[in-house]
Amino acid sequence: MLDILGRVFGRDDAPSKEIAKERLRLVLVHDRATVSPQFLELIKEEVIGVITGYMDIDEDGVEVSIHSMDKSVALVANIPIRRMKRAVKAV
Amino acid sequence: MGEVIVVTSGKGGVGKTTTAANIGTALALMERRVVLLDADIGLRNLDVVMGLENRIVYDLVDVVTGVCRVKQAMIKDKRFNESLFLLPAAQTKDKTAVTPEQMKKLTTELKEEYDYVIVDCPAGIEQGFKNAIAGADRAVVVTTPEVSAVRDADRIIGLLEASEMPEVQLMINRIRPKMVKRGDMMDIDDIIDILAVDLIGVVPEDDKIVVSTNRGEPTVLDANSKAGQAYRNIARRITGEQVPLMPLEEEVGFMGRVKQLFGFGR
Ligand SMILES: Nc1ncnc2c1ncn2[C@@H]1O[C@H](COP(=O)(O)OP(=O)(O)O)[C@@H](O)[C@H]1O
Ligand SMILES: [Mg+2]
Repeated sequence: MLDILGRVFGRDDAPSKEIAKERLRLVLVHDRATVSPQFLELIKEEVIGVITGYMDIDEDGVEVSIHSMDKSVALVANIPIRRMKRAVKAV
Repeated sequence: MGEVIVVTSGKGGVGKTTTAANIGTALALMERRVVLLDADIGLRNLDVVMGLENRIVYDLVDVVTGVCRVKQAMIKDKRFNESLFLLPAAQTKDKTAVTPEQMKKLTTELKEEYDYVIVDCPAGIEQGFKNAIAGADRAVVVTTPEVSAVRDADRIIGLLEASEMPEVQLMINRIRPKMVKRGDMMDIDDIIDILAVDLIGVVPEDDKIVVSTNRGEPTVLDANSKAGQAYRNIARRITGEQVPLMPLEEEVGFMGRVKQLFGFGR
């Protein structure tokens, strides 16, 4: 019982400011990315530019988005491949 | 030519009005000519914090709509010799009664004659915010050491940068040194690190703020108040002086030292 109370009030955990900092870091990654949809569009364009050098992709099908999970935030790109170029094998 | 400084924050209740009143009064104490402009239309407060609420005749909306001249609406603070004036917000209208263009015209006119125009911004990021920042040369973003306030400050800083505000500086309010020391409150470096912005000053939590607000006398007039001292320092930095951050740690009393000696009671 005492143990549970200790945990609820964070006595065994990191100092609460560390928790605050970590939560802020995550929320701001998300906020800052969502503030400008142009930002994601920019990344998408550049990713397409890089990938097309190696494979034939469906450019209209490319999706770039920000996903927040429990303890991290990820940039997720979904890039449908139409065909691999032969050169890729040689690399 | 004077400078227009907007005090803003995003989140409500973090100390914008208190800050506008104290910075303005401190600048007047330094013999600068100052106008305090309350842009929080519909929720007028700066008059009460300054103790000037009984002298209002005209307001900001009357001025921009041409009902009266600027000079008629400005209330002279008699504690200062022709150096501190308040232009009150309208209480019965709403934020759309004024446009950013009108605000810009007004502040441009005011800074011809005064050294500083301090604009008290409403909370939020809507029209009232846009009005308040319209004519500003510098923004002081007020935050407290809490997740929600810092998050909103981040949003506001983004908007200020997007609107090409020439100078953006952060003020951290209500720091409690004891809580910082025991690791239960974010400290100055944590917040600056997260927001990546210049710091104009740090104001501690201080009961004297409540007392002085009760009386309608800004805290900078109290020589013994730590918050008052912090605001006087901020005013000096605004005028371009280099002033180091003051130590916020309270003196540890005898019992405190004994406890420290035995390694408990941090
Ligand atoms: N440093 C401080 N110490 C103690 N109380 C403070 C401090 N700064 C602000 N306050 C109090 O917090 C409340 C909100 O302040 P106010 O200036 O009205 O915020 P805002 O204009 O951002 O809504 C007021 O009651 C004020 O007295
Ligand atoms: Mg206010």
